[in-house]
Formats: sequence, structure tokens, C-alpha cells
Amino acid sequence: MIAILASVVDGVLIGAVYGLAAMGLTLIWGVMNVINLAHGAITVFGMFGLYFVATALGLPAYSAVPIAILCGFVVGVALYWIAVHRIIGQPELMSLLATFAVNMVLIGVGTALWTTSPFNVPVTLPGVTWEGYTFTGTHIMAAVLAGVIAGLLYLFLHHTRTGKAIRAVASNREAADLAGIPTRQILSMAFGLGVALACVSGTLIATMFPFTMLSGEAYQLKSFVVTVLGGLGNPAGALLGGVALGLIEGIATPFMPVSWIPIIEFGLFVLCLMAFPRGIFALSRA
Amino acid sequence: MRSTAAHMSLLLGGLLALAVAATMAGAAPALAQETLTIGFTASQTGKLNNDSTAQMRGFALWRDEVNAAGGIKAGGKQYKVNFATYDDESQNTRVQQLYTRIIVQDKAQFLFSPYSSGLVATAAIVSEQYGKIMLTTGGAEEKPYRLGNKYLFQIYSPADQYLAGALLALKEKNPQPKIAFVYEDDPFSKAVAQAVRAQAKKDGMNLSLDESYAGSTTDFGPIINKVVADKADALLGGGHYADGATLARQLHDQKAGLKWVTLLVAPDSPNFATLGDAAVGISVPSQWEPQVSYKPDFGPTAAEFTKRFSDQYKIGPSYHAAGGYAAGMILQHAIEQAGSVEPAKVADALNKMDVTTMFGRTKFATDPKEHGLQIGHEMVLAQWQKKNGVLVKEVIWPKAAKTADILY
Repeated sequence: MIAILASVVDGVLIGAVYGLAAMGLTLIWGVMNVINLAHGAITVFGMFGLYFVATALGLPAYSAVPIAILCGFVVGVALYWIAVHRIIGQPELMSLLATFAVNMVLIGVGTALWTTSPFNVPVTLPGVTWEGYTFTGTHIMAAVLAGVIAGLLYLFLHHTRTGKAIRAVASNREAADLAGIPTRQILSMAFGLGVALACVSGTLIATMFPFTMLSGEAYQLKSFVVTVLGGLGNPAGALLGGVALGLIEGIATPFMPVSWIPIIEFGLFVLCLMAFPRGIFALSRA
Repeated sequence: MRSTAAHMSLLLGGLLALAVAATMAGAAPALAQETLTIGFTASQTGKLNNDSTAQMRGFALWRDEVNAAGGIKAGGKQYKVNFATYDDESQNTRVQQLYTRIIVQDKAQFLFSPYSSGLVATAAIVSEQYGKIMLTTGGAEEKPYRLGNKYLFQIYSPADQYLAGALLALKEKNPQPKIAFVYEDDPFSKAVAQAVRAQAKKDGMNLSLDESYAGSTTDFGPIINKVVADKADALLGGGHYADGATLARQLHDQKAGLKWVTLLVAPDSPNFATLGDAAVGISVPSQWEPQVSYKPDFGPTAAEFTKRFSDQYKIGPSYHAAGGYAAGMILQHAIEQAGSVEPAKVADALNKMDVTTMFGRTKFATDPKEHGLQIGHEMVLAQWQKKNGVLVKEVIWPKAAKTADILY
């Protein structure tokens, strides 16, 4: 029983980070109906951001978190105007192709610069030990920061003028246009926010695990599962969906070989799509 | 007067001819110079990068020394060694493409294998298809040698010997240990796993956990929780450097409470010491350690090789580097014994070979059912220990070769 509880706690901790990663994906989808296939590559750039802040600049590891948010936002806005702006409102295949192209460019550039060799940033924080099980400090810190960032995002979206504008555009772009909201600028900011979330989730993941230029694919797949669980376009739902996925991993692991876990995850993905096509925690949209 | 002048002319002409002849004699090489191309791929990128780089450095050091000495001498000729090498990105598909290119376009006369059993198996298909001799170093899985090959020659001890020493050493400290066996899902580790199960069963040892993980795994938390739940005394397993180093680090971070940890491959790399306290007590089955005291039939001793390698690369050699160097020496010796670079003659020389180098004894099986399998070489077990605050790797098994007591 204690083993299961320990696994569940571990699962929830890592699930919070999955949720943060998925929030970026679902925000972009919810606001502009674009599935960002460059999400995984951007997550990896967040990982490398930690590496350079901690190793090249010698700064404390967690100082990379605000840097990742800021740089991710700027890069996201730039990517929007370069690759996404012209395909808004076009068939969804266009947005898939555009973001896939961005993904290939990012991976190609990253591989040319840093190869596909593993990188590691040794971050040590005191953990918590209970009944023989240790929950590492990095896992706890990552989950706490994921929660804080999610909370700040919620406050931004619900209690700031810009945040409300983003929600208005997500709800009805035409009406927002007529109400005088500069929708193109708002879309670019929303994309920037989504990329910033992907970037900072990569930074937090890199405090816990080693990574390579190709590590983003696994987290992108998990983000799709979480986005479906949490409801497309629902950032709060994405966080809950991430925690739910972590819970499932934690509960399943003591009872089966770990190599079966991806089968469980993606089986769940298919079942959720069949039963809840808009997501378990989907909110109704106008 | 005229006859004196004629005599002088003759004398001068003779002296001139003599001078020209002496110059030509001095300039003419004793042996004809040719180039010998050896092809291989190395994982310059990807998850096998760390270990493959060490192996490639072993190849390169041997090549540099052989060329500095004038090349391989055989059949009245001197062959300068040239490498045709590419980055296989730690991928099977790239190995397949590149070995075909190395043979067909680069016209390599001999081959070295890539690093890791999975990639060796792929390269072996291509090399056998083209009838090219390939010395395999970095691949311990036995399966490629049981498929009816003619031109494969294994430098490493096979996989079934990897954890044999670890189980014996562990049994000495704890006759009835609870063992968690956690290994990478790849050909090499699975071959080791098969042998471990058989030996544990024979010795009456309990494998309380027997589980594989994907090579791309970075979060070992769930597996470590299972190990803790199991109250295991010992953990055996791992795979290659990336996952092994991560597992070691997370075992330490999560305070798994194990008395004994043996991991494949990763702890043998000098880079493993960067884990700091997480490395202490971790043992590794090793094909070779710098402290071994073999008396070589030819080539440098282990100490001499270690010094030359360290001077060149500013880092100590792992067994991957030593294996690479040994592969070069063995091929060179075979060519010299054959007196030729003709594949059939060199293969014959390799089949007859039973020699000792700085790497240990090398002898290849000649039975067609397991041709090329290494049957002469023995492994040791090394462990990271702290001496005067500094992490060092000591040989702890077999007892005859040990340089320190077991840390348990």
C-alpha cells in the first residue's frame, strides 16, 4: 500500500510538469485553432536554456525559469509572425504543415549546433523521505513551480485586460474584432505565451532528467494525451489532465512492467477520444 | 697530354656515375609503400556517443603509432593505415547505409565494427554479404557469431560472461541476496540477462525483480520505487552509458538503500566519476582495466598503453578504448603473420591466432556454428571507491587480479 502511495505521489509530481507542458499546446489550440507541432522542439530549447544558464553562465539553475519564460515569449511572437500568421483561418492541414516545418527547422538547427548526444545538468535539492521512499527535491520544486506558473497564467487570463482580450478572441474572434480588440496582436501574444509555457516546462524537465535534441518527441506525445484529457483549449483542464496522467502512471507502475505504461497511456488516449471527443474537463464554448 | 685528359674524363665520369648511383640507392625505399583502408562507423552523436568515442580513440591511437613506425609490413610491402569512417548517429539504419558505402565506394579492405551489440549485428550482415573481414569490438552479444559467418572476429568476451563475476563476488558477501535485475531493452543487455537468470538459478539466488526498460528512459523513479518496495539488497543491470549514468544518479538521489549495485558499461567510463558520491560503490564488469598485468606477446603493456592514451587524449582509457586499440593490433599481427592483405590469408591467420596482448588473451572459435566468438579473453569486475577523498576504480574480482577489497 505504501509503495502504491509513493508511486502515486511521484506520479502527481511529474504530472504537474506534464500539465504545464500541455498548457502551452492547449492555449494555442484554444485561441487560434492551430495544433503546434513544434511544441516538442520548443520544449527541448527550454532544456538547453537551462544547460547554458547553469553551465555556460554559471548561474543558479532555477534562474533559468524566468529567462525561459521571457525568451520563449519573444521567440513565440516571432514564430507567429514568420510561420503562423498567414495560415490563421486556413484549413487545419495548413497549420499542421506550417508548425511541422518549424519543428523540422528547429530540430535541424539544434542538431547542427549541439548534436544528438545526451546533456545533463546536475541539480541537487534536499528531498523528502517517507517510509523508505524519497521524493527528490527537484521533482518537488518542479511541481511547485508548475503550479505557481499555472496560477499566474490563470490570474493573467482572468484578471488582466490583455488576458481577457485573449479569452475574448478565443471565444469569438469576429466579435472581438468588432469590439475594437486588436486581434492579430492578441493572437501573436497568445502564441508567444503558449511557446513560453512549452519552453519553461522544458527547463523544469531538464532539472530532473538528462536530455538530447530529440527528447521533445516523448513530451509532445504526452502533451497531446494531456490536452485531450483536459479538454482542447482549456489551460486549467490541461494542468488537471497532466496530474491525472501522472496519477495513472503512478497507480499502474507497481502492478506491471514499466514498458507497458506507454500502452496504458495511449490506450487511454483513444478511449477518451471515443467517449469524450472534446476532453474530460472540456468547458462549453460559445 | 691527350691520354691524361681522357683518363681524367673517364675518372670524372665514373665518379659522377658512382655519385648518382649512390644517391639513387639512398633514395630508393626498402619496401614498396601502399595504403590499407580500414572502414568503420562511430557513434559521434546519439546515446552511444560516450562509449563509441573511447573506442574510436583506441583505433586512432593504434593507427597513429603504426603509421609513425612506417606502416604494417607484409609481403615485401609497407601499408600505411587509412580510415574510412562516418557518424552512424547510434542508429541501425545509418550503420546499414554507411557500411555499404564504406565497402562499395570507399573500397575498405578490412572493417572494424561500430560500438554496441545492436549496431554490430547490423554491420555484420553487410560485412558478411560482401565477404569482408570485420573485427568486432564493442559488441558482446553472441548471436551474430552463431549465424554461420566466416569473416567475423570478436575481440570482447561474450555477453554471457559479463555478470558472472558480479554474482560470484556478491555471493561471497551475501550468500542469499535479494537481487533486483533491471536492464535496458536492447540485444546486448538481454543477452546478459539470459545468462544472469541461468546462473542465478544454478546458484540458488533470488531475482526478486526482473524488468527491462526502454533505452530512451530518463525517469527511473517508478523502477526505483519498485526496487525499494522489494527491499532488494542488490541491483544488477543497466545497459549503456546514458541510461546507466542516469540510473546510478537517481538511485543515489532517491536513497534506494542498496548494498550492492553492478551496472553494465557506464561505470567503466572515466566520465562516470563526474557523478561524485553517486558513483561510490558502483561496480562494473570490465573487459579490461589499466591495472591488469598481462605479459604481451607483442605491443605495449597495459601500463604503457595507458600512458600513451592518457598523454594523447588527456583522459584515462576505458575498456572500450583498450578494445579498439587491441582490434588494431590483432589485425596488424594477422596481416604480418599472413604476409599479405589478401582476405583469405588474413582470415586464416586470425583463425589460427592464440596470443596475449595488453588486452589479455585473444583466441577465436573456429567451429562454423560459432565462428569468430571470442573464447580466450577473461573479464574482471571493477568498483568505484574513494581513496583519500578521490574517486578511483579498483579491480575487486577475480581475487587473483584484485587491487582492492570489495566495498559492500
